[in-house]
Amino acid sequence: MIAPRLSAAADRATALPAPSTLPGSSTVSTKGPIHHFLEWFGDLGIFFWRVARAAATPPFEFRELFRQLDEIGSKSLPLVALAGAATGVVLSLEARYSLTRFGAKSLLPAAIVFSVIHETGPIITGLVVSGRVGAGIGAELASMKVTEQIDAIEASAVNPYRLLAATRILACILMMPLLTLASDACGLLMGWVTQALVEPVSLHQFINSGFNGADFNDFLPPTFKTAVFGLIIGLIACFQGMRTQGGAAGVGRAATSSVVLSSLFVILADVVLVKLIIIFFP
Amino acid sequence: MTPEIEINSIDQIPTQIAIEQTEAEQDGSAAVIAVEGLHKSFGSQKVLNGISLKVKRGETLAVLGRSGTGKSVLLRLIIGLTKPDSGSVCIHGVDIAGLALDQMGEIRKKMGFLFQHAALYDSLTVEQNVAFPLQHHQKKMSKSERADRVRGLLAEVGMEDALAKMPSDISGGMQKRVGLARALALEPDILLLDEPTAGLDPISSGEIDDLVLKLQEEHHMASIVVTHDLHSAKTIADHLALLNEGEVVVQGDFEELQNSDIEFVREFLKHS
Repeated sequence: MIAPRLSAAADRATALPAPSTLPGSSTVSTKGPIHHFLEWFGDLGIFFWRVARAAATPPFEFRELFRQLDEIGSKSLPLVALAGAATGVVLSLEARYSLTRFGAKSLLPAAIVFSVIHETGPIITGLVVSGRVGAGIGAELASMKVTEQIDAIEASAVNPYRLLAATRILACILMMPLLTLASDACGLLMGWVTQALVEPVSLHQFINSGFNGADFNDFLPPTFKTAVFGLIIGLIACFQGMRTQGGAAGVGRAATSSVVLSSLFVILADVVLVKLIIIFFP
Repeated sequence: MTPEIEINSIDQIPTQIAIEQTEAEQDGSAAVIAVEGLHKSFGSQKVLNGISLKVKRGETLAVLGRSGTGKSVLLRLIIGLTKPDSGSVCIHGVDIAGLALDQMGEIRKKMGFLFQHAALYDSLTVEQNVAFPLQHHQKKMSKSERADRVRGLLAEVGMEDALAKMPSDISGGMQKRVGLARALALEPDILLLDEPTAGLDPISSGEIDDLVLKLQEEHHMASIVVTHDLHSAKTIADHLALLNEGEVVVQGDFEELQNSDIEFVREFLKHS
């Protein structure tokens, strides 16, 4: 029998990061919003570290990962495709109006293609997934937390960071680029349909004209940047869900905050990533 | 002699630690669960104030006390779901303070925990709930062996007919039985029961008590039962510990509790 005596270990057993104000506490917090934000960010960092450690060490939860790939990927596909298609229609209508005014109507296919693959496809996918998946993960994990199901998982000697968080975050990272491809394809298709209804043009012509001058740098970095969106959505939703306290109201708050925070951080990350893509993939 | 290892960095932490009952634990001369000077506060609210308890193999300790005296917190500290402010919890001679999650997992495999509201996984059937620990820790077990084991466990708690039901489709008492079957899945040496009869009618409470007694006789586990129910505690426990304001007011068998001249103990017995 070995009795380990640990003098330094960042990754302790026990509690998932929890809000600093515990139920039953009679103290009134005097901390300001900046303090709270920094504390939240610190807790998020610790959570990420624990998830990364759990994800990198066996046993791996492949069964749960495949279930989440289906839940997050396949089941988000219709919504993402619809959002992408609607964006394609709107872009086509707006771009046609603007380009005709400035006498650049021939650039319409290129304007649609570049807008969709560079920005609207990835960001629309990010926001739609953060709405659907962020809320779903946040509410599911929060509900499990308040009904002690996460404690029961831990009590069964199963690491909840590995089983619940790592699988969901990894599924978000893997599925986001694929969903973005689907969104891009639907956007381009509906962009062409909208244009073809006004002025007959074949799909072949539309694509040829749209992708004229485009290379892989126009396509790959914007598509794969959505893996970072996936990391943000999965991480924030799992974190908000697993630190929930306070019954049904807490579940509601976790779902809402998962969507709001993940959407906000997706947009902020997009600003940084667009700049990085411009620098590294000119 | 227990070998100790000094760990100074995260990389040195072994992910697996061997937890086995010693001879002294098996013959009942050493405690399987040893809690020493446990303190726990939430904010300014002091919940536990220097609790010390010992439970040997085959013994059942009932922890009694008013609501909010930290009985459930004590169980959570013992299984490592909550960290103590100070004091130690030793399971099979291993101090669990500071253990990493995966190391703690090795100790938890030897422990069964029944939550107050059963905490069954609501998206899984009764069968899947009981199979959950086996799926994760008995990977060499074939599907048919696992199914047989799950049926056996559910039969042990009288729930063999509810295999395909969802937790929401069964009563609170049934959920506790399923929770108990899940807690027993890995054949634990230690059983922790948080209010096993709370919210149940007298007949269901009696059935749960009988079940716990039967399991104790068959498995000889070291058990701690947290309860408000003095009758239940008297039925299933060898020893009782009465908590008040985070401290053990009296500890012993039921007679000692009855003969105590401490005001709080008399008051508690009078209203139970």
